[in-house]
Amino acid sequence: MLLKKHHIVEKNVFVLILGIFLTIIIGGIVEIVPLFTMEQTIEKVEGVRPYSPLEQAGRNIYIREGCYNCHSQQIRPFRDEVERYGHYSLAAESMYDHPFQWGSKRTGPDLARVGGKYSNDWHVAHMKDPRSVVPESIMPGYPFLAERKLNFDDAQAHLETLRMVGVPYTDEMIETAKADLYLQASEDAAYDDDFLARYPNAATGDFDGKPEELTEMDALIAYLQVLGRMVDFTTYNPQMNLR
Amino acid sequence: MGQGSMAQTASPAVAVNYNMDVVRWAALATVFWGVVGFLVGDVIAWQLAFPALNFDNEFLNFGRLRPLHTSAVIFAFGGNALLATSFYVVQRTCRTPLYGGTALPAFVFWGYQLFIVMAAIGYVTGTTQGREYAEPEWFVDLWLTLVWVCYLAMFVGTLLKRQEPHIYVANWFYLAFIVTIAMLHLGNNLAIPVSLTGTKSYSMFSGVQDALTQWWYGHNAVGFFLTAGFLGMMYYFIPKRAERPVYSYRLSIIHFWALIFLYIWAGPHHLHYTALPDWAQTLGMTFSIMLWMPSWGGMINGLMTLSGAWDKLRTDPVLRFMVAAVGFYGMSTFEGPVMSIKAVNGLSHYTDWTIGHVHSGALGWVAFVSFGAIYFLIPVLWNRERLYSMRLVSHHFWLATIGIVLYITSMWVSGIMQGLMWRAYDELGFLQYSFIETVEAMHPYYIIRATGGLLFVLGSLLMVWNVYKTIKGDLRNEAPIGTPATVAAE
Repeated sequence: MLLKKHHIVEKNVFVLILGIFLTIIIGGIVEIVPLFTMEQTIEKVEGVRPYSPLEQAGRNIYIREGCYNCHSQQIRPFRDEVERYGHYSLAAESMYDHPFQWGSKRTGPDLARVGGKYSNDWHVAHMKDPRSVVPESIMPGYPFLAERKLNFDDAQAHLETLRMVGVPYTDEMIETAKADLYLQASEDAAYDDDFLARYPNAATGDFDGKPEELTEMDALIAYLQVLGRMVDFTTYNPQMNLR
Repeated sequence: MGQGSMAQTASPAVAVNYNMDVVRWAALATVFWGVVGFLVGDVIAWQLAFPALNFDNEFLNFGRLRPLHTSAVIFAFGGNALLATSFYVVQRTCRTPLYGGTALPAFVFWGYQLFIVMAAIGYVTGTTQGREYAEPEWFVDLWLTLVWVCYLAMFVGTLLKRQEPHIYVANWFYLAFIVTIAMLHLGNNLAIPVSLTGTKSYSMFSGVQDALTQWWYGHNAVGFFLTAGFLGMMYYFIPKRAERPVYSYRLSIIHFWALIFLYIWAGPHHLHYTALPDWAQTLGMTFSIMLWMPSWGGMINGLMTLSGAWDKLRTDPVLRFMVAAVGFYGMSTFEGPVMSIKAVNGLSHYTDWTIGHVHSGALGWVAFVSFGAIYFLIPVLWNRERLYSMRLVSHHFWLATIGIVLYITSMWVSGIMQGLMWRAYDELGFLQYSFIETVEAMHPYYIIRATGGLLFVLGSLLMVWNVYKTIKGDLRNEAPIGTPATVAAE
C-alpha cells in the first residue's frame, strides 16, 4: 500500500517539495495552457479595436479608483441579464483588456455595455454627486476627477508597452498618441477622418463641460462611453464560430 | 489553565536555543494588523450602508479602502499569523532553531512588513494592478518575491537540519503553502512596467486568459494561503492544546495530497457563465465539488482529535476558538462546493452571498484558529504562567461569534434576495425591479452586517487588552471557568 511508503516523503525534504510541486502544477497547466492555444477560445468578431489613448487613460483611472470592486463588466447569457444590460459578453470584447476587468461583484450595475446609455452630462453629474441623479445610490462621489488635469502625456510609452503585451497598436497610432489624447476631447475629432479611422466608434468632443481643460473626468467618461460599443451586434452571427 | 505552557517547557530533554524573537514580533504584528484589517472592513461596511461616509474623498472612498481591507486581513493579519506559527512550529517540531541565524528570519519578518506597508500605501494612493487580492504593483511584487524566496530557504533549511526523523504533518501544510504561493504569485503578476521609474504596469495577459490566470491565483490564495497554512496551524495547536494525538495519521496523508491536488483546479468556478469556455467552467465546477471531501477530511481529523477531551471545550475558551474554527471551516468548505454548482452560482454570483461565504471562512476559520494560536502562544513566548484573563477570552469568543452570525446570515438574506430580484419578472413579462431598487433593498442588511463587524472588532480589542496585560505580567484574579461562578465576571 502506498501509505506504507509515505515515510520516504516524510523523511526527505526535497522529495516532499518535488511531490508538492508536481501535484500543484497539473491543474493550472491543464486549464490555462489550452486557453492560449485553442482557436475557438476567442470568437472571430468584427469591430473590436485597441483603446484610444484617452480611453486607455480613462481605463487606468477606472482601475486606480477600484471601480471593479463594485461593477462587473461581464454580462451572462441569462434572459434577465440580456434584457437588463444587452447582449451577453463575448471573449473577444475584452481581448485588448490588460488587465481584464470582468469583476466579481455587482454592488452597482454591470458596465460592460454602459457606453451610449447615458449622456456625458449625466455622467458628470453622477460622478460628482451620484445621489443628485440617483437618490438611492450608494456609490461614492468622485468630484475631484473634474478638478484634476489628466496626466497621460506619456501616452506613447503606455501604448508601446501595451503593444509589447500584444495589443495591435500601429506605428501611426503610437506616433499620434499624445495628439490623439487631446484631439478626442475636442470638437475637431468628429471631423477628423484619420482619427475616426484609427478609433472607430470613439465618443468625441468635450466630456466634462470644461472644454478649456483636459481632466481625468474627460478620460473616464470617454472610456465608459465606448464600453460595449465596439461590436455591431446587428451583424454578429454566433453560428460563425461553431466548428 | 496554563497546561499548554507546562507541556511546552516539559518536552525537550536538551535545551535548544530556539529563535523566539521573530515569533514574538510576528505574534504582535498579527494582533496589530488584525485590528487594522477588521477596523477598515467595518468602516467600508458602514460606507455601503451610509454612502456619505465616503466623504467624496479620494483616499477614503470604498474603491480604494476595500482592497486595503482585503489585503490587510489576508496578507497582513493572516500572513503574520502564518509567519508566527510557522516560525514556532517548525522549530519545535524539528527541535532545532530557525535556519539562517538571526539575520535571515529577521529579514523575512521585516521584509514582509515592508511589503505590507508598500502595498497599503499603494491602495490608498490608487497604485494598483486592479487584480483582486493581487493589487500591488510590479515593484512591490518583486520585493515580495525576494522575501518569499528567503522564507522558503529559511523554512527548508530548518527542516533539513531537524533533529527528528520525520517531518511533522503541520510542516507539510506550511511547505505546500509556501511553495504554491510562490508559484501563484509569479504566475499571476507577469506584467511589463511602462517605465522603470514609474509605478504603472500592464498585465502580460488580457481578457479571458487574464481572467482565468487571476482566478487560478485568487482561488488558490484561498486554498493555500488561507487554508493549507492554517491547516498546518490546526495540526499543531489543537493536539497541543487538547493534549491528544492527531486523530488519524492515514487521513492526514490522504487529505493532504488530495487537497493540494484538487484545489488548483477549482479557480474557474469564479467565472461561471462568463466568456470563459464551457469546458473550463465544467472542469472547475467538478473539481470544486470533489474538493468537499479532502476539506472535510481535514475537519474530521481536527475535530476527532478532541476525542476524550471534549469536556475541555467547557473550561478552555482558547481551545473553543480553535474547535469553533474547524467547525466554521467545515461549514464554509461545504458551502463553497454548493456555490460552485453552476445552477446555484447563476443566482449567487455577483451578490453578497459570496461576501458572506468568504467571511464565514475568513472570520470563522482563519481568524478563529489564529486567535486560538495567539492566545496559546503569548504566555509561552513571554514565559507567563497563563493568560491575564481566561474570561476575557471567553467574552472575545462570544462577541466574535455573535458578530459572525449577524454577518453571514444578513449576507445570505441580502445575497439570495438580490439574486432573486434581479431575475424577477412581473405578470406582463417585464423585469420587475430596476437595479437601483435591488440596491435599496440591501440597506437594512448592510446595517446588520456592519453591526456584526463592529462586534467582531470589539472582540479583537479585548484580545489586544488581554495580550498587553499578559505580556506585562499581570494576572487577573478570577474564578476558573466551569466552576459555578460566585464572583461576578466583570
